[in-house]
Amino acid sequence: MSLTLTPNIPDPDDFYDELIKAHEGLSDTESQALNARLILILANHIGDRKVLRAALSAAC
Amino acid sequence: MIAARYQTAKALYPYRKVAAQDAPKKRHPVVIVGGGPVGLALALDLGQRGTPVLLLDDHEGPGLGSKAICFAKRTLDIAHRLGAATPMTGKGVVWNKGRVFYRDGQLFTFDLQPEDGHRHPAFINLQQPYFEEFLFDAIVAAQAADAPIEIRGANRVTGLVVQADQVVLDVDTPDGPYQIAADYLVACDGARSPIRDMLGLGFEGRVFEDNFLIADVKMKADFPTERWFWFEPSFKDAGHSALLHKQPDDVWRIDFQLGWDIDRKRELEPQRIRARVDAMLSSQTGAVPPYDLEWTSIYTFQCRRMKSFRKGPVFFAGASAHQVSPFGARGANSGVQDAENLAWKLDMVLKGTAEPTLLEKYAPEREFAADENILNSSRATDFMTPKTKISQVFRNAVLDLAKNHAFARVFVNSGRLSVPCTYPGFGPDELDGPAMSQPGSVCPDAPVADGFLLDLLNGEFCVLVLGDALPADISVPVIQITDPHPLLAARLLGNASGAVYLIRPDQHIVARWPTFDPPAIYAALKTALCKG
Repeated sequence: MSLTLTPNIPDPDDFYDELIKAHEGLSDTESQALNARLILILANHIGDRKVLRAALSAAC
Repeated sequence: MIAARYQTAKALYPYRKVAAQDAPKKRHPVVIVGGGPVGLALALDLGQRGTPVLLLDDHEGPGLGSKAICFAKRTLDIAHRLGAATPMTGKGVVWNKGRVFYRDGQLFTFDLQPEDGHRHPAFINLQQPYFEEFLFDAIVAAQAADAPIEIRGANRVTGLVVQADQVVLDVDTPDGPYQIAADYLVACDGARSPIRDMLGLGFEGRVFEDNFLIADVKMKADFPTERWFWFEPSFKDAGHSALLHKQPDDVWRIDFQLGWDIDRKRELEPQRIRARVDAMLSSQTGAVPPYDLEWTSIYTFQCRRMKSFRKGPVFFAGASAHQVSPFGARGANSGVQDAENLAWKLDMVLKGTAEPTLLEKYAPEREFAADENILNSSRATDFMTPKTKISQVFRNAVLDLAKNHAFARVFVNSGRLSVPCTYPGFGPDELDGPAMSQPGSVCPDAPVADGFLLDLLNGEFCVLVLGDALPADISVPVIQITDPHPLLAARLLGNASGAVYLIRPDQHIVARWPTFDPPAIYAALKTALCKG
């Protein structure tokens, strides 16, 4: 499996909205903590080290 | 006069004047400096192999304090080969259950069920002075069976000159100085190694610095035999982390991670220590059971190693060569592996059954192992005391998630237990076999008819022939197991119906094949012995 960098979420606007809403009312510190938890959860879901490495590289 | 550098727990080898002190300088094949776990294990190994060894220690027995309390399986396997493990496992505490706390709540519990088919558990808790005493007892037993081991207590090396083919030592004693010469010198003299300083050698690598307050408390109270670990404990003045761990004799090890910038003298005041211990012990039950403070100390650690573990005829083993954080028990355990790595090499070279080039393998192999230990203990240190704001954020995110999600618990790192490394560059590996028994790794233990596989690997090069592989005539001892136990088959055969393993005296696997091919075995043996 390789890292998907083409559109893969069927309703991107809805998802983006959900992501932003998840941070509503949070302080910067709380938001940062939420992001960290989310990254860990998603990374574990992906699991594949090659994909994770490619994602880290794509994000940098 | 020999001034004490530390308090001694017990005089195991009291000073006795020997004739050599008034005689012309005598040359010894191997001189070991330092009678800690590493020096004693090396002396015992060499002596049992019949190579004369002189051990000099500037004290008369183990230092006071529990110190390295966790002895891992590989250390016990080595001690078993040396005939010293039975009292260790008899006295040591085996624990399986642990609890991890974060601030004032419990995150999760774990139960490390031992894996079947090994002689030894993954580790035992045992105070270091006991470990040293049991090695010393085995040395006394070996001496009674004519093993050429001599220990001289209260003999302090005060100077040394390294020559092309020998080392000349100035040794001070309560009766004054004398000189000793050695073909090879092994510095097992600890983190503050005077030998290393005398040679003007230092350390390099990443440095971590932290202080741990250690308190050994004796409690008769009924307290569970579990390992309790706190991240950011909420009880008063506990520091960044805290640990509660059971030892033999109703003693509990309590560690508080205090950070770097502390007032040592103040932190060691008994009243201040008791206040911390009271807060910890009462944090789960609300009550403080009666206890005595047995031993307290402030332990400072660094993660670093010497650039090279050898300088000419001088070898460095244990904490003189490498230092790690205490997380994972990688200090004393890796030092005992240094000793085991060096013993058979020195023995073969001194007996002339291997060329001196074999000794060139000691430093790179053990430097590789030290790097792995430093990596693991540095990662644990980073998790426990995050160095940046964002690493703190991720660390706390892991801890927050670990309460409800199993996946996050694997990131929780309060130390990864010492396991032996797999040396690189071994081989060939022509068997499509299990990864755990690949060349370079320690041969896994497994049940055999009358005990355990590792008992059959008795400290010499040998060829292990498994399943339907058929041995042929060869000048190396052959051990054949035609009908291996299912656990042995799982660990060394995998899907293969037969296998041939060449194994070193330190039980590391040199190479493996599906069939018995004498020329291939001889070629691998020649490489393993560094024959030109």
